[in-house]
Amino acid sequence: MSRFLWWALALAAALAVAVAPFASPDPDGLERVAEDLGFAERAAVWLRTPFADYLFPGIGSERVATAVAGALGVAATAFAVMAVGRLLTRRMEPGPGRHAR
Amino acid sequence: MHIPDGLLDPKTWASSAAISTAAVGYAARHTARVMEERHVPTMGVLAAFIFAAQMVNFPIIGGTSGHLVGAVLAAAILGPWTAILLLTTVLTVQAFLFGDGGITALGANVLNLAIVATWSGYGIYAAVSRLWPSARGRLAGAFAGAWCSTLAASATVAVMLAVSGLVPLGLALGAMLTWHALIGLGEGAITVAVLAYVAQVRPDLAGFRMVRAARLEEAN
Repeated sequence: MSRFLWWALALAAALAVAVAPFASPDPDGLERVAEDLGFAERAAVWLRTPFADYLFPGIGSERVATAVAGALGVAATAFAVMAVGRLLTRRMEPGPGRHAR
Repeated sequence: MHIPDGLLDPKTWASSAAISTAAVGYAARHTARVMEERHVPTMGVLAAFIFAAQMVNFPIIGGTSGHLVGAVLAAAILGPWTAILLLTTVLTVQAFLFGDGGITALGANVLNLAIVATWSGYGIYAAVSRLWPSARGRLAGAFAGAWCSTLAASATVAVMLAVSGLVPLGLALGAMLTWHALIGLGEGAITVAVLAYVAQVRPDLAGFRMVRAARLEEAN
């Protein structure tokens, strides 16, 4: 991986660990519309997820819990996307061996 | 703009999931054709960056916030189909690990935030870059495309809410478009800042487009 990519990955990690814990807690556009138009209470989460609301469980400080969950998320996302990319770009070995038993 | 569970009715989320599955399947086949193994790390790092940036809600006005979606950013660098695949993977990680976006709404979120955002935004980005073929033109196109991608995705969210019988379409559209016209300015600003930086440190990426750049390289 090139130096530029390592820097970009470090920047992504820094965003998740050092900036995301201080992100605006205000409702986002859709949440705001849901409140204004009166359907916010219908919103639900039906799947139990390990880091719900971007919080690592069992950490008292919400900011630290967000930072840890963010770091894990950056790693998980990079890993998942590279796994998909790998799977799709893996070419079959060319040559006569391909049809041989 | 991730839709949680409980808002969309079954016909809406199921049909959204069906459309998304077909489109993402095509995106995967297309990506397998054009992408090479050496592009995989770029794709992974860009996805990690978009995930992190999506965690950073920025305040707009009136106690409301927004965050990057990253559709035009990803499409400018990787091309639209690979961008759709990347954003779908990000949305899937968010739904399964972080409860961001409902599990029944995953197909709908992919349709809005990966497919609609990418094609609306990339279409405008590509058109402006063609009419104004320079570095400045590409960045102007990226801003316009990013803004429109936010608006287009918010419009399809509004349609889904209305089709689900939650709110009348006009009301949903008006409210979603108003807020996202503002949030889209942030989308545009971040997209342009990142692309301008990429252009500066990697001038070899003609038009930011990594996959196409690699193919031209080979042809020459």
